[in-house]
Amino acid sequence: MKKIEAIIKPFKLEEVKDALAEIGIQGMTVSEVKGFGRQKGHKEIYRGAEYVVEFVPKVKLEIAVPADMADKIVETIMTSARTGKIGDGKIFVTSLESAVRIRTGETGREAL
Amino acid sequence: MNSGDTSFMLLASALVMFMTPGLALFYGGLVRAKNVLATMMQSFICLGLVSLVWVVYGYSLAFGPDAGGIIGTLKYVGLSGVTLQPGPYSETIPDLLFCSFQLMFAVITPALITGAFAERMRFSAFVWFTILWSTLVYSPVCHWVWGGGWIGELGALDFAGGTVIHINSGVAALAAALIIGRRKGWRKEPMLPHNLPTTILGAGILWFGWFGFNAGSAIAAGELAALAFFNTQVASGAAAVSWIAAERLVRGNATTLGAVSGAVAGLVAITPAAGFVGPVSAVVIGLVAGIVCYMFVLVKERAGYDDALDVVAIHGFGGFWGALATGLFASTAVNPGGADGLFFGNPGQFVTQFIAAAAVMVYSFAVSGILLKIIDKTVGLRVPEESERTGLDLTEHSETGYTFG
Repeated sequence: MKKIEAIIKPFKLEEVKDALAEIGIQGMTVSEVKGFGRQKGHKEIYRGAEYVVEFVPKVKLEIAVPADMADKIVETIMTSARTGKIGDGKIFVTSLESAVRIRTGETGREAL
Repeated sequence: MNSGDTSFMLLASALVMFMTPGLALFYGGLVRAKNVLATMMQSFICLGLVSLVWVVYGYSLAFGPDAGGIIGTLKYVGLSGVTLQPGPYSETIPDLLFCSFQLMFAVITPALITGAFAERMRFSAFVWFTILWSTLVYSPVCHWVWGGGWIGELGALDFAGGTVIHINSGVAALAAALIIGRRKGWRKEPMLPHNLPTTILGAGILWFGWFGFNAGSAIAAGELAALAFFNTQVASGAAAVSWIAAERLVRGNATTLGAVSGAVAGLVAITPAAGFVGPVSAVVIGLVAGIVCYMFVLVKERAGYDDALDVVAIHGFGGFWGALATGLFASTAVNPGGADGLFFGNPGQFVTQFIAAAAVMVYSFAVSGILLKIIDKTVGLRVPEESERTGLDLTEHSETGYTFG
């Protein structure tokens, strides 16, 4: 099993979710995060004070998948999340040691 | 007694009361989320603290029979002698109603100061400061200008409290910012307003209530109230526009915080002048207020004191401009009961305005400073650093402003 973590631009979430649904991925966990890489932040001005805010809002998706589907899923996320501009994000794939469905106690592939 | 004046003054008093929760919203939105409740509490609770002081002796010190031009006597302690019949300050409304109207001013003035020490003052110290400041600074200054004291006798013009409320609180704010010190992490960590929509709502409420503040200071429902009302509207609108125009020139962007700050600066500046100047003068006063108060805010960034919410720039400096502007633009053609200013052939008025403003600045700064020092030595003004990090909502009030889910 693999764990796929993808950090994408927030407005791309719907598109990525729909694209994944089309290849059979029905579940995921999403969190709202902040980050930066090469994308610059922005400037905010309040009365006399100027603030440079470096962090940019992003969305992080986490999905646990069977190892043989990992490449296809990475490909799907890349295509649907890409805009071609700086700040599109990154995808990380790690090995997943185990998974358990809480309701039934199923483990392994059946839990995904 | 006259039911037109009485009903007007009842409503005007309610309008001015509304400005205090409006101020709470204005300030609350400007601080960080962890301090929103503590900040709003400091404004809101003045409604309680100052009402108590006012009833017991505050009103008497401000508006009691004059003693030496300096203070009112204690004749009205417990409001004894303040009846429901017209009193010394109006022939057409109950004396107690005049007392109510003035109470609302006494309430909001210490609330204004809270912007200077936002996000770091101990609540108990704040309570002591408010009670003592109202007693030793507000009531005397109020007496000097409106209660038969020496500034009124000098001929200084202050229609609705540019000196009594705004210069007074603005200068006290400076003393407070200097004595209590800067917030931890000032200039190193971002301290952004957490909820500007709340601030904008607060500004709208302040503007609305200010019609009671200025027009109500006519103490009657007639021509002067109408004049003050209109002047209030146009001065504030002008100042909102001139502030954002200045911002656009200097920083490249017109901001919503700039628009509402400009509006408040205009409201402050027109306060002493509202019933003494013509509408076109009011527009000019507003235009200038927006620009000079914005400039002052920029200067503050370099001066190095942490007046968290710009009380000194908007109330202190705005009030000072307003007081001087009254000495320039006042016209007996507009209000025969007032005086003429420099532009209408009477430069002496400008000098009088300056003397009155300067005297209040010196007194308020000095006494506020002494009070703060005493409270610091006894109770301690600041919360511990750890509390400042956690946030005052939790440490001072055991509450959280926002709980999602």
